[in-house]
Amino acid sequence: MLKHRIIPCVLLKDWQLTKSVGFEEFRTIGHPKVTAKVYNKRNVDELIVLDIDASSLGKDINFKTLSDIAKECFMPLTLGGGINSLEDINKLLVIGADKISLNTIALKKPNFIKEASNKFGSQCIVVSIDVVKQNKHYKVFNKNMGVLEDLDLLEWAKKCESLGAGEILLTSVDNDGKQCGYDSELISLISQELTIPIIANGGAAEPMDAVKAIKSGADAVAAASIFHFTQYTPQAIKKALQKEGIAVRI
Amino acid sequence: MIAIVDYGMGNATSVKKAFDALKIKSLITSTKKDIQVADKILLPGVGSFGDAVDALHKLNIFQIIEEEVGLKKKPILGICLGMQLLADSSEESIGKKGFGFINTSCKKFDITLKVPHVGWNNITHNNSILFKNIPNNSDFYFVHSYHFHSSLQESSSSLEYGYTFTSSLESKNIYGVQFHPEKSQKYGLELLKNFGEL
Repeated sequence: MLKHRIIPCVLLKDWQLTKSVGFEEFRTIGHPKVTAKVYNKRNVDELIVLDIDASSLGKDINFKTLSDIAKECFMPLTLGGGINSLEDINKLLVIGADKISLNTIALKKPNFIKEASNKFGSQCIVVSIDVVKQNKHYKVFNKNMGVLEDLDLLEWAKKCESLGAGEILLTSVDNDGKQCGYDSELISLISQELTIPIIANGGAAEPMDAVKAIKSGADAVAAASIFHFTQYTPQAIKKALQKEGIAVRI
Repeated sequence: MIAIVDYGMGNATSVKKAFDALKIKSLITSTKKDIQVADKILLPGVGSFGDAVDALHKLNIFQIIEEEVGLKKKPILGICLGMQLLADSSEESIGKKGFGFINTSCKKFDITLKVPHVGWNNITHNNSILFKNIPNNSDFYFVHSYHFHSSLQESSSSLEYGYTFTSSLESKNIYGVQFHPEKSQKYGLELLKNFGEL
């Protein structure tokens, strides 16, 4: 049986791995290589690393550091941040990535999702969608472009799927780093309309939050603060899921 | 020394770093000489069957692998597409000939579940040598759209996704795994270690 996954999701900024709060404040969580090593030791299902210097500051992708991280990972690795071309994707795959997360380029050039999934396969292409809630309405947000007023969230998610995205990394910006639980309403809204897996991200505070997210329709849950600023480990979350009858890799 | 065959498809680097972590000597190569000198051959692979066959021919190493494995009985481990290349053919690329070490053809998934089959899934194995110290029902990481059927006599493990199919092969010096041991954490590394120690 296919397992639901628990995925640490961390950000690379100023040569450090960090965790954001509401996409703004950043707290350093450690040296990239050491952090990756710890996650590998903890036998996590997958790891997501997003190079936010490359995406926000327009710097070149930090291939060297990402490659150091990849060397420590004997699990599937998703890399993203600052991707501008098929060549960038190819370079990340060569250093050891299994999947590539697209955000800004997907919004600017939606057809890039199609080009990338045609070339590397859908299973390789994750589209990251950041969401904010404004006056009770969900809106697509991008840290470089702000709130995309004219873009309908549900339409965008469906379009990503039809263009060949293999997965959606769905992040609630409002809940990010706040440890207030995942946005179940958002997860169920998107997962009901899509057939590709949804990775819920943003807000995990305790193992029951992961249970709720998966029961709301998430295929996998990503988290960071919970692993760095609480006593909970990925394994503790999996045990809670298992107790609820959800298939996980223990 | 294990020759990790680099034919431009699939992540030879990930396999190499796994062997490095295990302190098993390996070399990423696409030359005839290295493949001939190596004790064992590892054939990785991501992509389509036909492209892989063409790439191996273009590098003039298809026949070398055929000789080293078929005639000289050098151990080979095929990973994912690398395992499928051990078959005669695949529905993915009609008309393209694989190595034919295993007399069968790979099939496309005929299921209502999502294809490709991607993720961690548990296998049932028959305690073959590659699974030494690996508990039955362990999870491995899969990414594929084609598969070997389950009734093969060379099958050393199977799993279920829509229906039951073969997840690994063992026949004398021929080994194959449909999953990615280099991405399957400790039991994946254990399996590569078992191959290295053959």
